[in-house]
Amino acid sequence: MQQQNVQSGTIELTYREAVREAIRDALKRDERVFLMGEDVGRYGGCYAVTKGLLAELGPERIRDTPLSESGFTGAGIGAAMAGMRPIVELMTVNFSLLALDQILNTAATVRHMSGNQFGVPLVIRMATGAGRQLAAQHSHSLEGWYAHIPGIKVLAPATIEDARGMLWTALLDPDPVLIFENIMLYNMIGALAVDAGPVDIDKAAIRRPGRDISFITYGGSLWKTLDAAATLAAEGIEAEVIDLRSLRPLDDATIMASVAKTRRAVIIDEGWRSGSLAAEVATRIIEQAFWSLDAPIGRVCSEEVPTPYARHLENAAIPQTAKIVAATKAALGRP
Amino acid sequence: MAEFRMPSLGADMEAGTLVEWLVKPGDWVKRGDIVAVVETQKGAIEIESFQTGQVEQVLVNLHSKVPVGTPLALIRTEGEPSRLTPLPIAPAAPISIPRAVTPRSAPVALGTPPGVRASPAARRLALENSIDLTTIVGTGPAGAITYADVERLASAAPVGKKKPSAWLNLDAMRTAIGAAMARSKREIPHYYLEHQVDVSLCEQWLVEKNAKLPPDSRLLIAAVWIKSVALAARRFPAFNGFYHDNKFEPAPAVHVGVAIAIRGGGLAAPALHDADQLSLSDLMSRMRDLVQRTRAGRIRSSEISDATITVSGLGERGVETLYGVIYPPQVAIVGFGKTAERPWVVDGAIGPRSVVNVTLCGDHRVSDGHAGALFLAEIGKLLQDPDKL
Repeated sequence: MQQQNVQSGTIELTYREAVREAIRDALKRDERVFLMGEDVGRYGGCYAVTKGLLAELGPERIRDTPLSESGFTGAGIGAAMAGMRPIVELMTVNFSLLALDQILNTAATVRHMSGNQFGVPLVIRMATGAGRQLAAQHSHSLEGWYAHIPGIKVLAPATIEDARGMLWTALLDPDPVLIFENIMLYNMIGALAVDAGPVDIDKAAIRRPGRDISFITYGGSLWKTLDAAATLAAEGIEAEVIDLRSLRPLDDATIMASVAKTRRAVIIDEGWRSGSLAAEVATRIIEQAFWSLDAPIGRVCSEEVPTPYARHLENAAIPQTAKIVAATKAALGRP
Repeated sequence: MAEFRMPSLGADMEAGTLVEWLVKPGDWVKRGDIVAVVETQKGAIEIESFQTGQVEQVLVNLHSKVPVGTPLALIRTEGEPSRLTPLPIAPAAPISIPRAVTPRSAPVALGTPPGVRASPAARRLALENSIDLTTIVGTGPAGAITYADVERLASAAPVGKKKPSAWLNLDAMRTAIGAAMARSKREIPHYYLEHQVDVSLCEQWLVEKNAKLPPDSRLLIAAVWIKSVALAARRFPAFNGFYHDNKFEPAPAVHVGVAIAIRGGGLAAPALHDADQLSLSDLMSRMRDLVQRTRAGRIRSSEISDATITVSGLGERGVETLYGVIYPPQVAIVGFGKTAERPWVVDGAIGPRSVVNVTLCGDHRVSDGHAGALFLAEIGKLLQDPDKL
């Protein structure tokens, strides 16, 4: 699958392969790093992210676990406290709820509860999002919930570069970092510099500059948002697209600088609207950039229903390009 | 105990800044005495007391910006016992407008009239540029005023100039004029009539009259214009008064607003009170005083808000016909062009006569062209007999 383009110094690969490269690179850089999770070894990962890694790196470093999210997440926390640098893969955010107690009550609190005697340098990866007709129990986007929790960091790599680069930086962090990989991105193909490596995990990125409105989004919604920006550009509306990258902490400075320039904002978030990350971003804009605003802040979130199974209903339930375009026109007062 | 309140010095005034107290507690004031100076967009205005009595207490600190209607001082009328417990001084600046607005998260209280739909960014820009949002038509969602809408207006005026605390602030005055005129053109259905009046007799009369007068008492033709309009306005009440809340209220007195140009580009139209009752020489001296004070930036509160009809003349500048814009809430403005010698038919023969173009801009909600024609004709008739003015 990987194709090297010698002339431009880039390789073509999928998001899935970029994540795999990141895991392989991390395991090679530091022997304290290991990966564990359901079906990550023999099966090669539910989304085939870790295919081939067991053969390459061995069962000590690529560890299949029982179907017990709470158990192996707790084991990861213990290993991290004891000096290892584990990568725990929770198959999807839907199953992470079984490990929520470990994440919220243990991983996020140990440094605080132990008076800074212990830290949990743990990375937890999980898949998130709807779009594969997996129905109401397997299509959640709960990263906004996790972004509510002090004591952890929450990342949402939306690009191949970030899929490749965020993991190592996350492993260097002394505290737990959760990485959410949108399931619709795994097959995305893109170019990556041959020498691509770690990237920062604390800044939002402007993926498209614009002057008329700021789109604030992350993860799988980034590409729909960029499509909307391209559609709008044809009508003379220049949208600036911000990829949050980190959902906790939020890079307020980048958001506010953009809104101060465009004076309008639409937030695109696959989470349900009520109490969403979009709600948090909108509130921060009101708190910090109120006097720059020229229109009510728009939100394109998921409809407040259990995600439907039927494709057309599923598509209607989650953010789509047309909804982003419509929210933009409402903010601009255009027909 | 009477409350001396921040007066409304025009329909578009929301708040004023108290810049000078001319009295202190214990001073006696008479009705009509100037007790304070208030800075508004129109410049510094001297505020007169409506009561006679002793200033009991000053309630607002200097340089406080307070909304219209805020009590500024308590005046104890004669015979009233002094209050034993003094009231606390009102907290400074119920409307606090910070001098420098920082771009982010600065709390700014804006005196935007209720009902105006304007974005926060538009409000901030309007505040920084002293622009009245009610003068702007919004292009945003649901007709909201956006930043760009204000920017169009702001870019016309120099942006970012610090407001000098001078008696006359021409930038602010221009903004106020713009606001009033935009409101006028937006709300008042103007109609225009023009009437050519032979004023040869007037001119002749004026020359003879002035020959006997010392230079500083000589009459200007403008005084004749104003008097004729004042007398005509008394006879035609539909042109003299205020249009408020969808209703016209004729004014019991005739206070003629005199359009006065201010060096540097300002314009004010303070009232010449009871112009219909004044002799021409009194009217002339009052007008001199008014012009002088207006140009020095010391107009009285009653003069700024009282005018019931406006007279404007640009004849001195060579303009033949002046089409005015009604100053709301008034309902008429009469314009005088230059007096020019023209070939004129009088009694079947052509001869040179002095002719002036008199215009009326009337408010169609109150009057119509027929009444306007009669009103103009009355002015023309009055000008034929200057001795009776």
